[in-house]
Amino acid sequence: MSKTVMPVVDTEKCRGCGLCSSVCSCGALVVIENVVTVIETEACGWCTQCEAVCPNQAISCGYLVIIEER
Amino acid sequence: MSVQIEQLQSIPYFSGLDLGELESIKKLVVEKQASRGELLVLEDDSPEMLYYVVSGAVKVFKTSAEGKEQIIGIARPGLTFNDVSVFDGEPNPASAAAMGPVVLYAISRDNMHSIVRDYPEVALNVATVLAGRVRHLLSLVEDLSFRHVIGRVARILLEYAGDKQGPKPHLTQQDMAAMAGTAREVIGRSLKALEEEGTIRMDRHQIVIADKEALANLVESAV
Repeated sequence: MSKTVMPVVDTEKCRGCGLCSSVCSCGALVVIENVVTVIETEACGWCTQCEAVCPNQAISCGYLVIIEER
Repeated sequence: MSVQIEQLQSIPYFSGLDLGELESIKKLVVEKQASRGELLVLEDDSPEMLYYVVSGAVKVFKTSAEGKEQIIGIARPGLTFNDVSVFDGEPNPASAAAMGPVVLYAISRDNMHSIVRDYPEVALNVATVLAGRVRHLLSLVEDLSFRHVIGRVARILLEYAGDKQGPKPHLTQQDMAAMAGTAREVIGRSLKALEEEGTIRMDRHQIVIADKEALANLVESAV
């Protein structure tokens, strides 16, 4: 089964403030004991709002850049 | 929950005030809660409230005539929004909406004016905060007016496009902003513009270059 690509949390930078989980509309980010945990879900539409709101730049929603084959 | 003095101390406008002064100001502050997507400020409406974010995140945005949303900034805990119109009395320059559940402190325009009159040090704090905003906006103006950013974004995308030598690292909008020397919000706008003109396609976590030649032309024209 292929893994769904999800936002990546840098636990060194994460302070567990929960802002990311508060803006996540698909429930992919939850704060458990002050640590953000990512739950794999296809509902994540890569809105990147979690990355945008993080005050510590602890979340990465990276893009793979590819050239369309013709 | 009621308004907390500790939170009021964090509001940049009230920096340097003693506890007694903050206790008096507390009576003029109202707590407000909002849920995801709730519109807190509407562009062009009369100014009513200055807001301070206690928890959660608020996006501040402008809407174009075609209904497109342009995020100007994100107000996180510790920051205020809708300040400008509260001080100058002109219509709200931008809208603001809750990005998730938020708790805010709201101060009406009249109350903010009386606070400034009663506590002169607040006036100096206001000048400091607004001067910081002007600096930030000046850097955005520079990017938007010279239209170089979209060319720089085009160059980054071409440089990072996967080739036969293997995949390149994943790029975040923050990475692109750092590389292009601009704000993340400007990168988002550039990517949207490129997508709208059909040069790229945003496919969840992939940016697909649909028209390599058009992208290369943008790089050339920005030089």
